[in-house]
Amino acid sequence: MLIKLTGGKVYDPANGVDGVVRDIYVEDGRIVEARADARVHEEYNLKGRVVMAGGIDPHSHIGGGKVTIARMLMPEDHQGQEYGRNGQLRSGVGRAIPSTMTTGYRYAEMGYTACFEPAMLPTNARQAHMEMGDTPLLDKGAFVMLGSDDFLLRQMTQKQDFSAIKDYIAWTMHAAQAIAVKVVNPGGISAFKFNQRKLDLDEQNAHYGLTPRQILLTLARGLKEIGVTHPLHVHGCNLGVPGNLSTTLETIKAMEGLPVHMTHIQFHSYGTEGDKHFSSGAAAVADAINANTNVSIDVGQVLFGQTCTASGDSMRQYGNTSGAYPKKSVIMDIECDAGCGVVPMKYKEKNFVNALQWCIGLELFLLVRDPWRLFLTTDHPNGAPFTSYPHLIRLLMDKGFRNDMMQKIDASARAYSTLGSIDREYSLYEIAIMTRAGPAKSLGLKDRGHLGVGACADITVYADMADKEAMFTAPELVFKNGDLIVRNGKILRLVQGATHVTRPEYDKGIEKSLRDYFQRYHTMQMENIRVSDTEIIGHDKGSIIVQPSGARV
Amino acid sequence: MTTPTPEPVRSTLKDNASPVAQHVACPFCGILCDDLEVSKSAKGLKVTRNGCDKAIAGFERHLPAATPLNGGKPASLAEAVTAAANLIKQARLPLYGGLATDVEGMRSVMALADVSGGVIDHALSEGPYRNFKVLQSTGWVMTTLTEVRNRADLIIIVGTDVHALHPRFFERMVCNQDSMFDSPPLKRTIVFVGSGLDQSAAVGARVGEVVTLPCPLDQAGEVIAALRARLKGAPLGAATIAGVLMAAIDDLARRCRKATYGVMVWAPPGLNFPNADLTVQTICDTVRELNATQRFAGLSLGGNEGAVTAGAVSSWQCGYPLRVSFASGQPHYDANRYAMSRMLADGEGDLLVWTASYTTGLGVPRTSLPTVVLGTPGLEMAQAASVFIPIGTPGVDHAGRLIRCDTVVTLPLTDLGRSVLPSASHVLDAIQSALQI
Repeated sequence: MLIKLTGGKVYDPANGVDGVVRDIYVEDGRIVEARADARVHEEYNLKGRVVMAGGIDPHSHIGGGKVTIARMLMPEDHQGQEYGRNGQLRSGVGRAIPSTMTTGYRYAEMGYTACFEPAMLPTNARQAHMEMGDTPLLDKGAFVMLGSDDFLLRQMTQKQDFSAIKDYIAWTMHAAQAIAVKVVNPGGISAFKFNQRKLDLDEQNAHYGLTPRQILLTLARGLKEIGVTHPLHVHGCNLGVPGNLSTTLETIKAMEGLPVHMTHIQFHSYGTEGDKHFSSGAAAVADAINANTNVSIDVGQVLFGQTCTASGDSMRQYGNTSGAYPKKSVIMDIECDAGCGVVPMKYKEKNFVNALQWCIGLELFLLVRDPWRLFLTTDHPNGAPFTSYPHLIRLLMDKGFRNDMMQKIDASARAYSTLGSIDREYSLYEIAIMTRAGPAKSLGLKDRGHLGVGACADITVYADMADKEAMFTAPELVFKNGDLIVRNGKILRLVQGATHVTRPEYDKGIEKSLRDYFQRYHTMQMENIRVSDTEIIGHDKGSIIVQPSGARV
Repeated sequence: MTTPTPEPVRSTLKDNASPVAQHVACPFCGILCDDLEVSKSAKGLKVTRNGCDKAIAGFERHLPAATPLNGGKPASLAEAVTAAANLIKQARLPLYGGLATDVEGMRSVMALADVSGGVIDHALSEGPYRNFKVLQSTGWVMTTLTEVRNRADLIIIVGTDVHALHPRFFERMVCNQDSMFDSPPLKRTIVFVGSGLDQSAAVGARVGEVVTLPCPLDQAGEVIAALRARLKGAPLGAATIAGVLMAAIDDLARRCRKATYGVMVWAPPGLNFPNADLTVQTICDTVRELNATQRFAGLSLGGNEGAVTAGAVSSWQCGYPLRVSFASGQPHYDANRYAMSRMLADGEGDLLVWTASYTTGLGVPRTSLPTVVLGTPGLEMAQAASVFIPIGTPGVDHAGRLIRCDTVVTLPLTDLGRSVLPSASHVLDAIQSALQI
């Protein structure tokens, strides 16, 4: 069946198309060449509409143990936010930490067609995939967490051959069905189990004697050498600590030019200037990002309201428990593998720190020049729920609106921020880069995030409205694999997205030491930690797309 | 250099590729040991390695012949499914109870309860609710089995008979030979708070001192509360607390302060007395305060009969850990109102749909409601079921996934080919399809 999308204004940065009126043809779920003689079965007149690829969220906590702990911890997030079943659509709940089906529905209604869970623990990978399997309408993928797991730390202290470390990284990606690797507070989650309360870039883990710098370099180099497209996804040291700006700048230098993605960098861009010893480090961080083309970032924008933070960073989340609102939290040490911390937060406009966090995020967005290396995130749900993206897009595209919003925040925070003096407004083209083309390129999704011939027909059509928040809240049409799934912000039909993984090569010999390690120390056998294809395809009714990795060096 | 296939090497007895299945996970208690070996012969299954009493009883049980029954009369599976669907169609408030199943079964329960406007609750949720109330009120600092196995130097078992509930807990988590962080492996101190707890497994090279603070189990929380007070330096006038000498509590406080990684262990099903959530609360408050200066963690066991799985799947799919009604079309949560034991006692609901796929003991409670029972053959029933459909046991009769007591690890369950009984998920999905005809 041939579908024609006629006369829309197309924003397709991957192919250099900036608001050009053109027709798009879709057949069998793919974008195809225009064919003058072909019979069109369905035509959509998109005159005056804006057409982009489906949105891709490269960092959103949508599945896995900590998210479900947050759901259990926070019934008050759900009450008053119930959604009834509606035809095929399942009932659900939630604003900051929605139930799984509701998560899929809300993303699709906003025109997103892919979403990546950034913190999947190897020992919790099965649950992460099961939850993503219950998240319909979206393509999914997950970044597996390494860097505080005792197997890697033991390999490093034993000074094992680097190829064994690469084998372990690759094996873990296979076992956990991951597309990328994330490190969270490198070595710090382990250090917290030894009662260390902070771990700076060159501070040693008390047991292993390793520093975050060594762990970062090992993983970044390892990933590069096994050919994984997405660079090491780094949640750095000292998240949320005033003064962590210097750690962030040092971390960028420490990478020695290796490709790296610094995630939710807003939470890592704090200075200590002023009466309250809390200030914006956005300008210095943005300068460093602009100068170091090996670095990409996502922001982790804070927006005001109640949320619930969920992170693998048990060390820093423990530090944040004193600010929990409501006053409760979960901190866990997990399986000699990782940890987690779930801490509810309410970001308030009139709170100096929260208001300045809001400014710092926006300053970063506006001061970093290259949108190809900057992705739009709130680190859902940590800075704000993903449903606030349209509001965030308006803040970036509409200086007048931004300045109006700025008048509502704490006055001293406003005085501490340069935000009011920044005139930049994002264009639709730049928004399309940050929410589609950039994440797809960074993650190695060759046929996603663009509208060229051969691309998967994940397409979002917006009314071209002056109010960008309204425009991005409820797209007129959303296609997933060529199927029309959303019309005027309402879901028409349910489809199950694919799970994207990468499978770099490794030497199967690594399993000998892994088998022994799991038998000796763990409570799960090596054979059972692996998540099989059958589970994702059979039990979760999904599918798997293996994105290519480069040759191993 | 190879690019191995992603398929795991788990063997299955189903296709008789091998007479022995290795790395088998045991679904018969919440710690889900996965180092069992099970062999299959004409005589049935035999646990040939690492089986405890519960595992042997579960895997080696010979299933009585069972057939679907409709109104007590033998029926085909299709007939029974249609009859069940008709009962659900007629019901205004079906109660989905038992819920002793795997992830897939629980997914199917959720879908069916949603579409039919029912209520969901697990047969043993009284235990998990001792925890959920604390989680929802204050949260906690917790750990998992592998951390305990490698790190814990002080293990305080509070008010619950861990060995009776989890026969291999001590073997695997306490008495294991190797420790990742100490060479030679350190000796642990084991403290039992409560009288009459089975201490027989707290022996061996890894066990240093065994300390007992004897008290009635329902007063273990008072002893921990006193410990908490003494850790804070608060004076307590009493010479004894719940029969335990204050000197013994002070001694425990000193041990806590000296611990490198202390763990307080409880199994919610074992805290079987009124208001036991307050005991859990006291444990968690004490652990949290200890973390101000040192590392300490809680470890909650239990989770037999798929209780943890039911709570987790319910939470991710509808936001709440069980005790949810879909009668209004939306998830409505009330931990008291939708406790199924209370609903049944008070005559609420008009149909009970009971799923129990592991042990025969998780029988259908006495009720005057019509019942649809999806049960393992031999399941105890207080009355004849309106419709009975025999189902397989996940990890014995079919594959599946189950979530462990610490809520982190999910184990794959092997199809050992004991029978060809359908899974709960298969039957529930068929019922849902029949509803829509």
